[in-house]
Amino acid sequence: MTREDIIKPENLVYKRTPVLTDATMHYCPGCGHGVVHRIIAEVIEEMGIQDNVIGISPVGCSVLAYNYFDIDFVEAAHGRAPACASAIKRLRPDTFVFSYQGDGDLASIGCGEVMHACNRGENITMIFINNGIYGMTGGQMAPTTLEGMETVTSPYGRDPKIMGHTMRITEALAQLPGTYYVTRQAVYTPALARKCKKAIRMAFENQKLNKGVSFVEVTSNCNSGWKMTPVQANKWMEENTLKYFPLGDMKVDGKFDPKFIERVATFDQPNETIFSLRKK
Amino acid sequence: MAFKGALVIDTEKCKGCGVCITGCPNQCIGLSKKVNAKGYNYLEMTAEDKCIGCASCAVICPDGVIEVYRAKE
Repeated sequence: MTREDIIKPENLVYKRTPVLTDATMHYCPGCGHGVVHRIIAEVIEEMGIQDNVIGISPVGCSVLAYNYFDIDFVEAAHGRAPACASAIKRLRPDTFVFSYQGDGDLASIGCGEVMHACNRGENITMIFINNGIYGMTGGQMAPTTLEGMETVTSPYGRDPKIMGHTMRITEALAQLPGTYYVTRQAVYTPALARKCKKAIRMAFENQKLNKGVSFVEVTSNCNSGWKMTPVQANKWMEENTLKYFPLGDMKVDGKFDPKFIERVATFDQPNETIFSLRKK
Repeated sequence: MAFKGALVIDTEKCKGCGVCITGCPNQCIGLSKKVNAKGYNYLEMTAEDKCIGCASCAVICPDGVIEVYRAKE
């Protein structure tokens, strides 16, 4: 059997979903945004809700997300995507609504909006991409930057005495009664990407139940902000970011995951792990 | 030579990040020495006979440039 014999429509295993437009994404090579965009588009295609879904794009690298999805999209002001999504969902309760935000948008400027949207228990899906840095503006420190991590605005590493501690925003949101499903995923290996797709599918399916916010955090890399190659950045993320932000479910069907309760009990201990980019 | 799987790569959209190469279980893909219109070394198959059509490369491709075909048994 030759290569030409295999390339036939009946042998197709995987193809770019038609929910994504043909536009080439502006993201840096190896950025996790592209994978998450594709996963969301695949979930929309599988659920058959392409004409009944509204996305909210943030300010940040993914500000132009509306160019890449062939669905209805609203561009919100900086950090205000959850507020915008709440309004759309309340006015059109039959529509699937999701907000898509990065860590500078959600954890810093939009911290109030996301807290209150989760506290009200709006029936929406939130996708949160956490790469620990302000990627679009050139790699400044974000609330989720790891302690000791070097960025443009913390050139000697983040010092928690001056710059505050690394913010576990997803853990904080999981404790609010309005959230129904809270999880942290990653997309840097094929297995994790497939798992992340299941989580995002569940987050969209939960909107049919009308129980509250479904929140999916995706730990991502920022290879240009971290000044690494895409493969190095994924390795650095696996070795460092995932120690402070371990993957896994925090709240499923409105109930805490037992592992999450064990982990919360260790939050009062000081963080001894100091991360550094320069040692690489 | 028994071919099990085949890839169709959109070389003009590929940004040559190399994330898919780390995801390939059989090391059958690599970056080309040639560049596309944007100047990126795009993805190509280095060992076509080793591909099993598992789509591991395609599910972690940030730009969705890989189409995967697998021969039916």
